Amino acid sequence: MEIVVCIKRVPATDTAIKIAADGKSIETQGVTFELNAYDEFALEQALRIKEQLNAGSVTVVTVGPKEAQKQLQDALARGADKAVLLLTNEWVHDSWACSHALAAHINKSKYDLLLCGRQAMDADNNQLPSRLAALLGFGCVTEVSKLSLANGVFTAERDIEGAREVIECKTPAVISCNKGLNEPRYANLKGIMAAKKKPYEESPAALPTSAMAIESLTLPPARKAGRILGTGAAAVPALIAALRNEVKVL
Amino acid sequence: MSNILVVAEVRAGKLKRPSLEAITAAQQLAAKTGGKVIALAIGSFLDAAGKELAATAHEVVLADTPEFAAFSGDAYARVVTEQVKAHAASAVLMAHTAMGKDLLPRVAAHLDTGLITDAVEVTYEGGKFSAQKPVFAGKAMLKVNATRQPFMATLRPNNFTAATSGGAGQSPQKISPAANDLMSVVKEILASGSDKVPLQEAKVIVAGGRGLKEPQHFKLIEDLAAAFGPSVAAVAATRAVVDAGWRPHSEQVGQTGKVVSSTLYFAIGISGAIQHLAGMRTARTIVAINKDADAPIFKVADYGIVGDAFEIVPALIAAVKAVTANH
Ligand SMILES: Cc1cc2nc3c(=O)[nH]c(=O)nc-3n(C[C@H](O)[C@H](O)[C@H](O)COP(=O)(O)OP(=O)(O)OC[C@H]3O[C@@H](n4cnc5c(N)ncnc54)[C@H](O)[C@@H]3O)c2cc1C
Ligand SMILES: Nc1ncnc2c1ncn2[C@@H]1O[C@H](COP(=O)(O)O)[C@@H](O)[C@H]1O
Repeated sequence: MEIVVCIKRVPATDTAIKIAADGKSIETQGVTFELNAYDEFALEQALRIKEQLNAGSVTVVTVGPKEAQKQLQDALARGADKAVLLLTNEWVHDSWACSHALAAHINKSKYDLLLCGRQAMDADNNQLPSRLAALLGFGCVTEVSKLSLANGVFTAERDIEGAREVIECKTPAVISCNKGLNEPRYANLKGIMAAKKKPYEESPAALPTSAMAIESLTLPPARKAGRILGTGAAAVPALIAALRNEVKVL
Repeated sequence: MSNILVVAEVRAGKLKRPSLEAITAAQQLAAKTGGKVIALAIGSFLDAAGKELAATAHEVVLADTPEFAAFSGDAYARVVTEQVKAHAASAVLMAHTAMGKDLLPRVAAHLDTGLITDAVEVTYEGGKFSAQKPVFAGKAMLKVNATRQPFMATLRPNNFTAATSGGAGQSPQKISPAANDLMSVVKEILASGSDKVPLQEAKVIVAGGRGLKEPQHFKLIEDLAAAFGPSVAAVAATRAVVDAGWRPHSEQVGQTGKVVSSTLYFAIGISGAIQHLAGMRTARTIVAINKDADAPIFKVADYGIVGDAFEIVPALIAAVKAVTANH
């Protein structure tokens, strides 16, 4: 099975966000970027499927800046076979544009499976995988936390509100991966050395002008300062009174 | 035409409440564009939902056939795409639910247009659609202007009031599109096996963290939720306790879990890590119980009690029960 894993480089989850002078992007000075946590599940699943079938290849691809090399190298070190950087200096926040840039590349080869994360933890769009599937005419299951493959058909489980769906999906398919799917492996020294000799491609991203032009990026209004009602069980009556009289939820 | 199309979600014959919230947003847009609100539901046994929608939307379309009883992203997307075209809709809205997140991106691909997901505000001003959404796990707000047609958005639940009126009372139009060539189809729905309200729909959420020390102590969290009533309150957890195997991942709130906006959120024995706040900072009222007066959770809490959860929560359960018993 020929597999593509779509990955994105995003600010570390504990980053304190500051708005840049243009009022439309974040200040990146001093920010640590890392592989989007959900994409780690996607990469791990790709490696496991390749191991299960004992055939095929895993290509990692990203639309991003030069610095995303680091995350691609990390993916190669964990076991991917090939990496592709589709270069842009813009913040890729618009899934319409990103899907076209990715499809332009993916359509050049024949793939059976695209693995993505559930969402990229910068724009938090949660839309690229099923958008890309529709664009490419692939089957798709999103937010998958359990996956098996038999006879070219995927059986996937995902959480919906208050229940779980079991879905069958034909190939070619796009699967977006949620937490719970697997425990990602990390690169070892041997992998890091091997990564240096693996195929690596770079080309400008065919990124059209965004369908969602940014007007502003702002910090959310701070929550108004709260009140410590007291210490221990003695404070419970004050809490009940506040919930009844001020918040009116009881 | 400047019609606004809302994709309504019906599960097991029941119209989901966030769909009525999407109708409210559509009504606000339609008032500006001068178009109609058209509600579209896809599934099977949609008559009851159709009535509810007719009370709030100008026109209702029901794609009601046995083939659509189970969700299929590709089949549903084709129906929505056709209806957007048939009604010349200039905007398409749906709730940001598991179904909405899966379905609308596909429709946006078919219509080759943009989609803003998890929007908390949608507007139409001077001939253009704009929207606002939280990004970077709620640490910033992004405002965008749509440059392609139609405008599409999924809306964060619990952010608009649910529509109760405004319909034309017309009887729904029934359509029977074909559902052939399915790439993916839901084979089975594993019910949670309880009558408890789903996390994203709960008015009250009682969340527990590592401060509870041991998995069996989550009984306290469950009992506090139960005191509010099974249809009112749900139990949630931090990643620390999910990763420790105390609670299922479906209960995790935060950056790599669920995002909730309940009316009331109890954070008990939870430090308030930035990744946890990402999932609950937009709850209307936050109550924190923590033995450490300097825990970061107190910075976002509206009400805090400093102290031992094992002493405070039993007293709280008794006090809540005393109030709810009188209702
Ligand atoms: C990429 C990434 C993603 C993440 N995603 C998430 C996510 O989605 N959700 C999430 O929750 N976390 C997430 N985390 C983890 C997060 O950083 C924290 O580790 C986690 O939220 C801490 O959980 P906790 O508050 O239960 O535990 P702790 O931080 O250990 O806090 C326990 C608290 O309990 C208090 N306490 C102890 N005993 C008592 C007592 N007897 N009575 C009252 N209080 C008591 C302590 O004072 C302390 O404040 C993520 C981390 C990373 C790196
Ligand atoms: N710029 C990008 N390059 C490659 N893959 C991406 C990019 N953005 C998003 N993805 C993939 O799509 C998933 C969902 O992202 P999103 O829909 O943007 O939240 C991510 O987890 C990645 O797998």
